[in-house]
Amino acid sequence: MSGNMNLSLKVWRQKNAEQKGELVTYPVSDISPDMSFLEMFDVLNEKLITEGQEPVAFDHDCREGICGACSMHINGRAHGPNNGVTTCQLHMRSFKDGDTIVVEPWRAAAFPVVKDLVVDRSAFDRIISKGGYISVNTGNAQDANNLPVPKVDADKAFEAAACIGCGACVATCKNGSAMLFVSAKVSQLSLLPQGKAEAKERVISMVNQMDEEGFGSCTNTGACEIECPKGISLENIARLNREFAVATAASEK
Amino acid sequence: MSKLDSKIPEGPLDKKWEKYKSTIPLVNPANKRSLEIVVVGSGLAGAAAAASLAEMGYKVKVFCFQDSPRRAHSIAAQGGINAAKNYQNDGDSVYRLFYDTIKGGDYRAREANVHRLAEVSGSIIDQCVAQGVPLAREYGGMLSNRSFGGTQVQRTFYAAGQTGQQLLLGAYSALQRQVGLGNVELFARHEMLEVVTIDGKARGIIARNLINGELERHFGHAVLLCTGGYGNVFYLSTNAMGSNVTAAWKAHKKGAFFGNPCYTQIHPTCIPVSGDHQSKLTLMSESLRNDGRIWVPKKKEDCIAIREGKKKAIDIAEDDRDYYLERRYPAFGNLVPRDVASRAAKERCDAGFGINKTGEAVYLDFASNMKYKYGKQEALVKGIQNPTEEQLHALGKEVVKEKYGNLFDMYKQITGEDPYEMPMMIYPAVHYTMGGIWVDYNLMTTVPGLYALGEANFSDHGANRLGASALMQGLADGYFVIPYTIGAYLSNEIRTKAIPTSHEAFETAENDVKERINKFFSIKGTKSVDHFHKRLGKIMWDKCGMARNDAGLKQAIEDIRALQKDFWANVRVTGEANEFNPELEKAGRVADFLELGELMCIDALNRVESCGGHFREESAETEGEQEGEAKRNDKDFMYVSAWEYKSMNNFELHKEELKYEVIKISQRSYK
Ligand SMILES: Cc1cc2nc3c(=O)[nH]c(=O)nc-3n(C[C@H](O)[C@H](O)[C@H](O)COP(=O)(O)OP(=O)(O)OC[C@H]3O[C@@H](n4cnc5c(N)ncnc54)[C@H](O)[C@@H]3O)c2cc1C
Ligand code: SF4
Ligand code: FES
Repeated sequence: MSGNMNLSLKVWRQKNAEQKGELVTYPVSDISPDMSFLEMFDVLNEKLITEGQEPVAFDHDCREGICGACSMHINGRAHGPNNGVTTCQLHMRSFKDGDTIVVEPWRAAAFPVVKDLVVDRSAFDRIISKGGYISVNTGNAQDANNLPVPKVDADKAFEAAACIGCGACVATCKNGSAMLFVSAKVSQLSLLPQGKAEAKERVISMVNQMDEEGFGSCTNTGACEIECPKGISLENIARLNREFAVATAASEK
Repeated sequence: MSKLDSKIPEGPLDKKWEKYKSTIPLVNPANKRSLEIVVVGSGLAGAAAAASLAEMGYKVKVFCFQDSPRRAHSIAAQGGINAAKNYQNDGDSVYRLFYDTIKGGDYRAREANVHRLAEVSGSIIDQCVAQGVPLAREYGGMLSNRSFGGTQVQRTFYAAGQTGQQLLLGAYSALQRQVGLGNVELFARHEMLEVVTIDGKARGIIARNLINGELERHFGHAVLLCTGGYGNVFYLSTNAMGSNVTAAWKAHKKGAFFGNPCYTQIHPTCIPVSGDHQSKLTLMSESLRNDGRIWVPKKKEDCIAIREGKKKAIDIAEDDRDYYLERRYPAFGNLVPRDVASRAAKERCDAGFGINKTGEAVYLDFASNMKYKYGKQEALVKGIQNPTEEQLHALGKEVVKEKYGNLFDMYKQITGEDPYEMPMMIYPAVHYTMGGIWVDYNLMTTVPGLYALGEANFSDHGANRLGASALMQGLADGYFVIPYTIGAYLSNEIRTKAIPTSHEAFETAENDVKERINKFFSIKGTKSVDHFHKRLGKIMWDKCGMARNDAGLKQAIEDIRALQKDFWANVRVTGEANEFNPELEKAGRVADFLELGELMCIDALNRVESCGGHFREESAETEGEQEGEAKRNDKDFMYVSAWEYKSMNNFELHKEELKYEVIKISQRSYK
């Protein structure tokens, strides 16, 4: 069951990190409005392969908005025109027959292009390694219900923990800042009683790593919150800033 | 004599693990530092194992094909994780969880493994909460629970519809902590393509760096495969696009027996197929069956009217609806296990009662609980007298949103319909594979030093897995089993020095991988890898899916063998070997699926009984209350099928007899 939309895609092609890239135009036809954006790319790739051309490389895995792999900058917006959805959850019914769609990779100093639409986001993992955890070895834990956590705190921590590490916040920020991502993790852990013990070192060391990785600084433009597919709120950045101020003041004493 | 030794410890069932644990030889801290462990996979099983082993002092290397270990497919698990905490005081216990799991698995799992799983389940929740995993809580601050299928207690812990995400991020944070401390070396965007064995023992792997295509050799005193399930052999499944059998299959060809390959779980509540373009199927968590009622119209003319768009679900009067699960299984109702629910949906659709264009969908309806359970409750709490239907709906909607919001949003994104207003349409889809690499009680495969954890092994779920038990098993294997059982092997390895990867075994293994990669490019055929994957998927779904029979399976084996030939003659793999090349990755995976698919059909053909997810049409009850239900044959098939790879298209069956010492075996009834 194919559809009836015809589109013109302008897609970023870049062989590898060293070579320069460019936008290449591809027409695609018979697109169904029920297809996801990535399924539309499957159609394009199938066509390219049969024509003996190289398919477009892009990151994806779960295709249900949770793994954070997909990462396309579509018509100037991270994850495309709709709010609150990842690229894999965007469906073609959000576009019109005859549309031209420009698709580029995340652009940020800390996310170098690997190939075509694929970028390297390993900087995020290195930030987590610097404190995005609670230091508890396997087997150290007490009974889970010995530590009641007020539902409001648990809910807030959960909302912050919903971050999928996609990097849209970075890609959309004119400074290439990772503040929304880092603040989400800092908030989750500092909202919970389990995370309090290491709160001060955590925020300082994660922020330092963020700077080291080449992410820009946050100037509160708020663009990240709008593009975040998981609704991670700017409140988290405010919380990080408070935590950071307290922590640095404490370490100066 | 069979080569299978399950190494189940002696003693009474409920003391086996405790006693065994305290007798496993230990490795002293100084020796641990010179013992290296390769962990392939960073899902719940892999991340938990790698973090725990590194904490203990071993030198660990972790591999995953995604760009970050946090993206392993465990991230997508929705509904919850079981644990025998009995926090709800509803009569749960280790024994009951053990019993439910064995029964749910249709008496085809090992008692000792399952009991151990139930025993450690509570510690998993403790560990995760200590890590800061924000599981759902009640107003009093205590953890909240819900029910899953096949049980009558509330023992499922959850974080909205994102339980897997939260648990994995917990394990991932523990893993990244060890990376930061220098105890784990991380290899993301690396795909394991071969197991290296020396003198019969696993001693490392060959991995391809997916960014530049280089082949790398990695030594390990032991190798752990935590590489997930193989549901994607069906092309369409709820698994992630990259989920594959490659690691397990390479191990199989190097001597690891494959256990019960035909046991596949078809999940009853997934979003139905919408067209040819479909690349994957999306699960709607089983937890929805806590509040959703499944039905189709009683009258065929209503079904036809709905298909033609002339009627909607809400136009069908209450009396004209067939809540077929409640009708057939009054004791468990909508919460029967997955295999039972899936077959019942298929039965109704095959009989012509399906409600979408393809005739392959049933309703999952929340209206009644939304209004009359949650709406009424909220009205009472808020002191609203005589609320209207609209008010009840609005009040209940808020509660449902909090419980399942992300699932409802996902449904809306995919289908374009609002499930708060209209019932969902669902149909069964391939979801999980109970089969996997055969392992003994220590989780060791038939290759010494090679282990399999999580969904990649066959161990705990018998012929059907209960909901919320895979997360439990993955974390049990990783956090609480392997850290102990690996000592039984490594304590004898302390004198083995790290073997240089210039060893000829590494050389040969690398050459084999290289040769195969070159082969892919040399074919220069005309059809894409996906083309073959889709054709394989169709054969598997039609002939080795929800219902199987002798003639169909024989045909499937023939068809798959023909497809293998076609693939190796006509596939086109674009690009080059020494670059980032997703087509090459896919080609390797599909080539392995083509071999696995054949073995699954061979296994299904051999098992002339129905059990759990494996339904042989020849083996159904023909009369009485159980008419039409699956019929086991304990006399002839109470064994685990463990297949040994001999040569291409040639496998030998070994049987591990199952002995039930504690549980009384009976016909599985949910009536
Ligand atoms: C949509 C969905 C929802 C689910 N919901 C639930 C639920 O609510 N409750 C429940 O209990 N279970 C649920 N399950 C099942 C459960 O999520 C999985 O069984 C479980 O998470 C598997 O974990 P794992 O660690 O074994 O493997 P995975 O999480 O699949 O991890 C596999 C790892 O292996 C790596 N890998 C694989 N092959 C290679 C290779 N060749 N080289 C290098 N690395 C490799 C991958 O990169 C990945 O890191 C769900 C499953 C699905 C699909
Ligand atoms: S904060 Fe939002 S946009 Fe940034 S990585 Fe997390 S989910 Fe993506
Ligand atoms: S592919 Fe996983 S979030 Fe889009």
